[in-house]
Amino acid sequence: MMTLRARVARSRLWPMLHKEFIQMRRDRLTLAMMIGIPAAQLMLFGYAIRTEVRHLPTVVLDESRTAESRALVDAMANTGNFRIVGDVPDRATLERRIASGAASAGIVIPPTFAGDLARGRTATTQVLVDAADPLASSSAIAAAAQVAAAHGARLARERGAGAPRLEVRVRPLYNPGLRSEAYIVPGIIGVLLSMTMLIITSMSVVRERERGTLEQLIVTPIDKTSLMLGKLLPFVLVGFVQMTVVLLLGDVLFHVPARGSLLLLYAITFAFIVANLGVGLLISTVARTQAQAMQLGYFFLLPNILLSGFMFPRAAMPEPAQWIGLLLPLTYYLRVLRGVLLKGVGASLLWGDTLVLVGFAAVLVTLSVRRFSKTIE
Amino acid sequence: MSAPAPTAEPAIHTRALRKTFGSLVAVESLDLDVAQGELFGLLGPNGSGKTTTIRMLCGLMRPTSGEARVVGYDVTTQPEEIRRRIGYMSQHFGLYDDLTVLENARFYSSVYGLRGAEREARLAELLDELGLAPAAHQLAGTLSGGWKQRLALACATAHRPRLLFLDEPTAGVDPAARRSFWELIAELTARGTTILVTTHYMDEAARFPRVAFLSRGRLMSVGTPEEITRHFGLPTIEDVFIALQHTDEEDALSGAPRGGSGAR
Repeated sequence: MMTLRARVARSRLWPMLHKEFIQMRRDRLTLAMMIGIPAAQLMLFGYAIRTEVRHLPTVVLDESRTAESRALVDAMANTGNFRIVGDVPDRATLERRIASGAASAGIVIPPTFAGDLARGRTATTQVLVDAADPLASSSAIAAAAQVAAAHGARLARERGAGAPRLEVRVRPLYNPGLRSEAYIVPGIIGVLLSMTMLIITSMSVVRERERGTLEQLIVTPIDKTSLMLGKLLPFVLVGFVQMTVVLLLGDVLFHVPARGSLLLLYAITFAFIVANLGVGLLISTVARTQAQAMQLGYFFLLPNILLSGFMFPRAAMPEPAQWIGLLLPLTYYLRVLRGVLLKGVGASLLWGDTLVLVGFAAVLVTLSVRRFSKTIE
Repeated sequence: MSAPAPTAEPAIHTRALRKTFGSLVAVESLDLDVAQGELFGLLGPNGSGKTTTIRMLCGLMRPTSGEARVVGYDVTTQPEEIRRRIGYMSQHFGLYDDLTVLENARFYSSVYGLRGAEREARLAELLDELGLAPAAHQLAGTLSGGWKQRLALACATAHRPRLLFLDEPTAGVDPAARRSFWELIAELTARGTTILVTTHYMDEAARFPRVAFLSRGRLMSVGTPEEITRHFGLPTIEDVFIALQHTDEEDALSGAPRGGSGAR
């Protein structure tokens, strides 16, 4: 039996990797595009995109627990902007839910709420909004103001002159300036990686098929795993370069900070990149020509852009669209990106999404290696 | 590595080998035996099933039915054992245009399992034997047809295979390069390599001690070039070829059922 060390040294992966890197270095145009595309995309999306939102998942911290406080929560829900997803016992839990992305807003009703109303004092309620998504939060702010006015007017009608005033204070979390760039820039990293990783890998394998070099390669004893990993791994590096370009430009041009750990972000990104390369490889086992690979790539890309929460908050989508979104690695990765970059959250809140991404990567790569056949039929 | 195949076994052995693409029959009832050390020619017009046959023998295509054993292993169940022991040069240049001669050769020798000093020694030997040394650092895409063909031969023989498949190796190569290529083939044969070559250059047919003639996917005749001409009652191999091609075309025009397909 060969030792593990000898086996690693004799693996056909090394010559494959070496060859891929030489070819990548010689293909200057593609190399330039890998840097140019992220820059162009960043400008395009960063300056151009705005949207509107309803049905924000909302948690309630009702410390008043009275008919009055429940009426207020109902009034909030009736605006259509808030969808109540649960009650929380304390403020820390509420903020945790928002930080993890489980909820986008929180309504806090203080214990004194009903008492203040009864005594004719100004009753205050607070709405916390995840302003990392400024579109969602601006509609939440508008809705909260509307509820304060309407509910206040109704109270006035019911109780006559000298009725208490109702005040709803909105506190945007994470992105107090409500700048949509802050929302869009992290998303661009995800969309960009999906797009380039997917198309580059599928094209790279299909190009070999078209040129006839794959035929010459598969009559050798090279194993499928070495062949596929050799195609895949060099692009991981490309992905990291692209991500770094967007992060740097995002900081310089749009002042989008990175609040959390970049090391953590790069680590999770590895799984996301491999998942997308896996999709690319899978496409390459189906497509016979580069044109087909391109078309299949765009077919996969469209739901990524529309349904992942990159442009439009998922909360605003009809349910079937949300289910499709759950099948996309980007959906999970966007939460990681926004969590780390805008909210500065750590691994403890991201492990769920990370696990899903690792699962996607493992399944997709295994599937494409299995599907790949060393024949030319 | 598993044990080598017993020497008594033929290098290539097929029985009732058949390949269809949908309703097209590319190869039909092929019984072929090639002994070890033979230089064997597979002749026939375009679309007669030569390339499909080679691809099945290399494990690139799965036979629809029938049996094929190559260097003692079954093509459907043991393709990797076969791949370790054979070399293959496809009809179209299948190496990397954007790698140099040396990089291509190094890549293929590594893929065939050569490493370190052993590999570098073999590379130097190959480039020297095939006269490629002066072009070692030239991009393969910029080579002329004859040089590309030598490079392809270098890559296909890096691991000293005992059986070599050459699919139309001299297509699109000038006469001087063709001649020197045949000299290289003669050297390989002298060292005991079994070689199966397809060609439609009939002047090359005389170089083979034994040939098989395919037409429309069927084996028409096997033997020495003299036996073939006698079998058809025609003066030269070229006449046989033209006669077969002629009937092929008549069949195609009259819409008669066709055995061979144009599949590559």
